[in-house]
Amino acid sequence: MTDTNSKPPLDPHLKALENEAIYIFREVAAEFQNPVMLYSVGKDSSVLLHLARKAFYPGPVPFPLLHIDTGWKFKEMIAFRDKIVSDYELDLISYTNPRGSAENITPFNHPRYTDIMKTEALRTALDKGGYDAAFGGARRDEEASRAKERIYSFRTANHSWDPRNQRAELWSIYNGDIFKGESVRAFPLSNWTELDIWQYIKAEDIPIVPLYYAQQRPFVERDGTIILAEDQRLELAPGEVVQEDYIRFRTLGCFPLTGGVRSTADDIDQVITEIQSARTSERQGRAIDKDKAGSMELKKREGYF
Amino acid sequence: MSVAEKISQAELQSEIQSAALPAAKNSIPLRFITCGSVDDGKSTLIGRLLWDTKAVFDDQVGAIEKLSDKHENGVGSLEFANLLDGLQAEQEQGITIDVAYRYFSTPNRSFIVADTPGHAQYTKNMVTGASTADLAVLLIDARSGILEQTRRHANVVSLMGIKQVILVINKIDLIDYDQTRFDEISEQFKTLAEAFNFTSITTIPTSAIKGENVAFTARENMPWYEGKTLLETLELAPKSTPRSMGFRFPVQRISRPDESFRGYQGTIAAGSIKPGDPVTILPSGQQANVSKIVTFDLVRNAGVHGDAVTLVLDRQIDISRGDMIVSNDDQPSLEFSYQAQIIALTEHGIQPGKQYWLKSNTRKQYVSVDVAETLNLETGLWETAEKIELNDLSKVQLNFTNRIAFDTYQNNKTTGSFILIDPDTNNTIAGGMITQAIDNVKSITPNTPNASTTITMPSDIAEEFYRSEFYQKYQDSIESNDS
Repeated sequence: MTDTNSKPPLDPHLKALENEAIYIFREVAAEFQNPVMLYSVGKDSSVLLHLARKAFYPGPVPFPLLHIDTGWKFKEMIAFRDKIVSDYELDLISYTNPRGSAENITPFNHPRYTDIMKTEALRTALDKGGYDAAFGGARRDEEASRAKERIYSFRTANHSWDPRNQRAELWSIYNGDIFKGESVRAFPLSNWTELDIWQYIKAEDIPIVPLYYAQQRPFVERDGTIILAEDQRLELAPGEVVQEDYIRFRTLGCFPLTGGVRSTADDIDQVITEIQSARTSERQGRAIDKDKAGSMELKKREGYF
Repeated sequence: MSVAEKISQAELQSEIQSAALPAAKNSIPLRFITCGSVDDGKSTLIGRLLWDTKAVFDDQVGAIEKLSDKHENGVGSLEFANLLDGLQAEQEQGITIDVAYRYFSTPNRSFIVADTPGHAQYTKNMVTGASTADLAVLLIDARSGILEQTRRHANVVSLMGIKQVILVINKIDLIDYDQTRFDEISEQFKTLAEAFNFTSITTIPTSAIKGENVAFTARENMPWYEGKTLLETLELAPKSTPRSMGFRFPVQRISRPDESFRGYQGTIAAGSIKPGDPVTILPSGQQANVSKIVTFDLVRNAGVHGDAVTLVLDRQIDISRGDMIVSNDDQPSLEFSYQAQIIALTEHGIQPGKQYWLKSNTRKQYVSVDVAETLNLETGLWETAEKIELNDLSKVQLNFTNRIAFDTYQNNKTTGSFILIDPDTNNTIAGGMITQAIDNVKSITPNTPNASTTITMPSDIAEEFYRSEFYQKYQDSIESNDS
């Protein structure tokens, strides 16, 4: 008798990461009453979703996906999201903070755009659902304040994160005990690096938003950042010219806040090669981290992922 | 885009295309812990490892340079230590207060470093980092040599079951690359380490700040050192593997998508399994055969240690989360009481007699803790103790009201470890390792082992018996005889 599948086995490195992530998914699903998975449509979310499907096979993913839609995501992200949800028969909850349209809060006109449309929206959506656990795709290698994040990250009843008051985490024994109103954010990808994510996407043939691959795309350059000029939501500043070149994105978020890179890497092998020779981190194009040193930590304390 | 830009773009592209894709890493990531104090240059050492393996990006250096200016430390524009101090609060205080995990890799291997602070009061962080580590890097300042702290670190590392140790003798440049001194410290350490069960000890002279013997050799300054660099040593270090033993499968979750399927989901903690293998379910003792090993990719013909799988059995049995599916031969202990070593992780310590939740992998049940001895880390001796305070390492007896399955920590870290949770706060208050099962039945007649008879009785009556005052008194008298 032989294994009945032609796909080559994962290399031991990725297999170990996969096993760990599946273990975490199953622990949370078994211990919490009402978990939810934060789904941002990005590559890490795609890997997270793939792992969730693996963890619970042959059963369905036993919790809904929650997407915080600011209304300013790349169009291709939303199209991709809807296709994945229908292909895999998932339960998706999309939430947009009504203050966005009510108060006309946009990435261009409001200094607290991210706080309101992402952090506040997330808190509200979690409260509405009464979730006691939320999976996220954060990795410890992404950003300095995440290096000390636990696999089970404890949050108070108002979703805040206190770096000095996190529970000790030994071996792979996670403490999921909480009081009513409190919650845990669980991070199955904690020990993955950006390269691991890409190699896993390749090995497992996981679909991702095409924006990660280079293509000729229209864009404007704003303060040295390449902003996709894909639709009328982008208002051109005086003197700004729409250019066109081969660009791709290393991370995906709100299109006016996510910088692209010039690249011709149009398939997964080229993307992996490019990442290995990259001298800047993937978050380099993200405005959110750059406000001031420690800005991610501040956002996390307030309840951002 | 100007012509020049287009050309350089094209050049970059051809470079990218010509670079072959590296082969996938053929090994499991090595996890290690670093022990030492800020003064020994620990953060600098890790920063150097990250820098020399190109795990640091230019924009991160930019953010770090900004911070360094603020501190006016004047050590230069790039301070390796600043790569590590992740949290703002800590940066302001200039000390690392918690475990941080760092990632770097070489073409051959990936590494996960648990960066833990070296201050004595932070033993709990070291224990946390050590719990998942395959190897420990102990760091000392060549000028001060072996300190009391070094012994403490070696002791904790050894208690946590780490068998491989690398002693990095740092700041070797500050003692003029003195070989005699290096040899002296190495010898001292080897003598000290005799008390612990290390299987491998390597000593390396380094200057982390200059990058000598970290990722690159330094023959010029240290012609006398012919050993490997730290990075080479880490690349070659074997992954710690659990002792070969019977099958262990703590059940995480029951999968029952419809009437046609019932599977038990979990990760294989030891041994291997194939369809047809007979198994026992603990604690109930029921038996069955494995009929299928299911994964997303395929129905497999075998599962080994580390695999996250779903097992299907050949008959309907009542199994719930927290049960353990094990091989019929070579089973774990199944007892009411165990001896264990624990470390207290919160300032409230551990109250003798109080009921705590014990979580061991997937099982959670109430336990009470009797304290026996606490380790004096200054002297390395175990001393009689009545209570357990923060950072204490103690020998205790765990008493359960139901039988629970454990292996010893020495035999299997997964099925021999646990945490204690305070039901009043839900906080994790201790981590622990099983050292020995206490065989209740046998110990009733401890002084006449040859005349012992096996008592069999229904489990509910047995439980009642174990709870009886008569039995408790017997236990107490046995303990006082032992000590």
